[in-house]
Amino acid sequence: MSDPGAPGFVHRRRRGAELFLLLAALVVGIGAYVAVGLGVEGTVPADIIGYSGWLAALTIAAHVAVRLVAPYADPVLLPLVAALNGLGLAVIHRLDLAYEAADKPHTFAQQQLTWMTLGIALFIVTIVVLRDHRSLQRLTYTAGLAGIALLLLPFLPVIGNPKNGANIWINVAGFSFQPGEVTKLLLVIAFSGYLVRHRDALALAGRRVLFIDLPRGRDLGPILAMFMVSMMILVLQNDLGSSLLFFGLFLVMLYVATERPGWLLVGGLLFGAGAFAAYTFVGNVQNRFNIWLNPMDYYYESPGSFQPVEALFGLGWGGLIGRGFGEGTPERIIYAESDYIIAAIGEELGLTAVMAVIICYGLIVERALRIALISRDGFGKLMAVGLGSIVALQVFVVIGGVTGLVPLTGLTTPFLSYGGSSLVANWVIIALLIRISDQARRPIPRMIDLSGTFDSETTQVVKLT
Amino acid sequence: MNKPIRTISVFCLLLFLALLVNASYVMYFRADELAADAKNRRVINAAFSRERGAILVGKEPVARSVPSDDKYEFQRTYPQPFMYAPITGYFAYYSQTGIERSQSGVLSGDDERLFVTRLVDMLSNAEPKGGNVELTIDPAAQAAAFDGLQALPGAKGAVVALEPSTGKVLAMVSSPTFDPNLLASHDLGAVEDESTRLEEDPATPLINRTVGTTLPPGSTFKLVTAAAAIESGNYDKDSLVPGGFKFQLPQSDSKVGNYDQGNCGGDKITLTQALEVSCNVTFLSLANELGAEAMTEQAEAFGFNSTALEDLPGQAPSLYPEMDAPQTSLSGIGQSSVTATPLQMAMVAAGIANDGQVMRPYLVDEVRAPNASLLDKTDESTYSQAVSSDTADELTEMMVSTVDNGTAAVAAIPGVRVAGKTGTAQSSGDRPPYAWFVSFAPADDPQVAVAVLVEASETARDEIAGGTLGGPIAKAIMEAVMAP
Repeated sequence: MSDPGAPGFVHRRRRGAELFLLLAALVVGIGAYVAVGLGVEGTVPADIIGYSGWLAALTIAAHVAVRLVAPYADPVLLPLVAALNGLGLAVIHRLDLAYEAADKPHTFAQQQLTWMTLGIALFIVTIVVLRDHRSLQRLTYTAGLAGIALLLLPFLPVIGNPKNGANIWINVAGFSFQPGEVTKLLLVIAFSGYLVRHRDALALAGRRVLFIDLPRGRDLGPILAMFMVSMMILVLQNDLGSSLLFFGLFLVMLYVATERPGWLLVGGLLFGAGAFAAYTFVGNVQNRFNIWLNPMDYYYESPGSFQPVEALFGLGWGGLIGRGFGEGTPERIIYAESDYIIAAIGEELGLTAVMAVIICYGLIVERALRIALISRDGFGKLMAVGLGSIVALQVFVVIGGVTGLVPLTGLTTPFLSYGGSSLVANWVIIALLIRISDQARRPIPRMIDLSGTFDSETTQVVKLT
Repeated sequence: MNKPIRTISVFCLLLFLALLVNASYVMYFRADELAADAKNRRVINAAFSRERGAILVGKEPVARSVPSDDKYEFQRTYPQPFMYAPITGYFAYYSQTGIERSQSGVLSGDDERLFVTRLVDMLSNAEPKGGNVELTIDPAAQAAAFDGLQALPGAKGAVVALEPSTGKVLAMVSSPTFDPNLLASHDLGAVEDESTRLEEDPATPLINRTVGTTLPPGSTFKLVTAAAAIESGNYDKDSLVPGGFKFQLPQSDSKVGNYDQGNCGGDKITLTQALEVSCNVTFLSLANELGAEAMTEQAEAFGFNSTALEDLPGQAPSLYPEMDAPQTSLSGIGQSSVTATPLQMAMVAAGIANDGQVMRPYLVDEVRAPNASLLDKTDESTYSQAVSSDTADELTEMMVSTVDNGTAAVAAIPGVRVAGKTGTAQSSGDRPPYAWFVSFAPADDPQVAVAVLVEASETARDEIAGGTLGGPIAKAIMEAVMAP
């Protein structure tokens, strides 16, 4: 067996495997949609041909694009997200039917399908336009500034749209958009560019305490800056989830870039201090912490624990194999279609489906970290780690929050939850991972000796296979 | 950079393992705890829309589930709502009462006696169905009791009939009553309105008065006093006891006279005669002589100071509390602090009828699976031996004489020896007295014992003698039970 890292090893393209897995993913998406129709309305949905045709067309389009412009890309990523996205659509459609029955009609599923279409379009555009991810390194500071600017958009007059006590939405042309979802993507680019350039300096050892080399005091600047940004998000935007996500992301990337566990120690201490300060001074955080500890005590209060407790009841009601589509009442949970979608899945499809979903996310993260391992350039490695960490942290925080493992923070479940900005941003994340993996798995360009032609100067011409 | 990436991989693995473990914990291991939480509407909704078993009287359902086409699958209906509401209770979204509550396990199908049925339902993928509960009620007696009480204009009252030899409750009626169909409705807003209306009604229609209200038993309690006297060994039905116009209460300046201001027929009369005319002076004097201890012992032997019926929630125990000497005297005629439920007074009559042996009253006769196979049948059991068989015989003779020659004549049935006793209990001056009537028949082989309480009706005050109001109702019930 050849070691993937060894010279001479060539990754196979595995596009056929991807296509096969994509068909399986389509079965999940379309099968779930049919099951919703059968379970809730008793018949196969009337638009099943159009719906499955559209879903298949989107999936195949993404596959063809990958086949054409990123033939060596990782073959598992696309099927995983296609399956999750398809399942999410079906569950959102099921909730639409429930809301309709309660005379509060929504067309979340239809909107989500539109966003999915846009997401896959952007996925294709990204891998077609971006032929080499390293060109993003030029955008280090632009991406950083743009990311921060996007975060500030919700504070602008006209377009800012505060909802549920958080300033994270903007309204553009009738659409509600969460710029923070794009920010996380831009920040990964900015961090990767910055860290790959400054990693040597940041890796210099300072004082040694208990077998761990602490970083030098003068290098603390960037981490303190990022810490301040995170705290600002928390205090100004009242968005615990994003704050945690951004700081955690930076910490992981800093650690990977410098290989210094000392940074984790510093970051952990800062996180602890920040968490304590937030608990003490931000009422919202304290409230959520108390609800997490004793959810049942706050059921009738406002703001209280009605939503998380209903989620727990729903999960328990689902049990091992779930009630089946149409047999549960996931609409009892407020925002079941977005942050709490995993509870809706748990109630009607059971622990088995929840585990399957968690494992799908685990595999996405695993693929991302594998891409990081085999990537040949530092920038690509850092980006892959960053993108994978976003998924890991986000999934942990939101599923952990809904199932009561950690306090609630409020983030969307990637690919499953209803939410346009999140879905589109996540498709671009996958596009970037596909691009990096294509670069990483592509055979090393052979060098052709053309010295006979040019005597005096030895020039190497790279021939792309 | 690969070493830290591997570390991060392990870290991510731990995160995902934690999610998997926690999901298993919440959804599998904690599922029962979550389902048992009173806040869990999913469980309530499922119970509310489930096909519950029927509550049967004879072979007729008095509560059953019928398919419904709204968001709940089944609707609980009560075909004879007013007559049976105090027994069945209601099955509402937020609460249940009566048999609906006490037998909820059987009716919903969760009871362990229905385990096999449930297993079969699960394997055949059928909707789980609840078991049926068959009551001891005799429909004819119940109808007689209900019609009798309803015939009194504006009556508040209660009627209980027992089978003396078994303790079976043959009739149980409370008035005013309510329509459980309105409370079991799927229109929760209307249910709340109706529920509020019933709760705020000063006539308390939601209370089953046969077990839920205790009132002074008045002269019907003289049976207990007489029982204690005969049990003491110093008296029999022919013993001469004090009569006269007034009784001087001990440790007090007060004197208490008889109901009709008369002298009961003399200063010395027989015990039978005293019961026939319901002589207050006699029983005040007897209670005073017997003392608090003997009186308490006899009252408790009949079931006072506890509850005997296990099939209904919300029971109030009849009370014979600790009292001083003058109060003990007054308790001899069922006044002072002694209070009783109609069920308690029916148990007194049934105990005397059944040779002194009080059988534990019960309402649930049989529990049947959805396919009607018998799962459980309640065994009759002795509650207490209240008096000896001889004492019971003496008391029976005295009660028969009270019907034949005395105040309880209104309950007389031609060709049948009926035993009975009236009661008219004083309450506060601004409201009418309570009219009681207890009886059983036939005296030689008792098939039914009855207690009737009329708390208030629009009858003129001077007409409220126990016999006038309660007697005809008791008679109708006894006739209904004895009818071939």
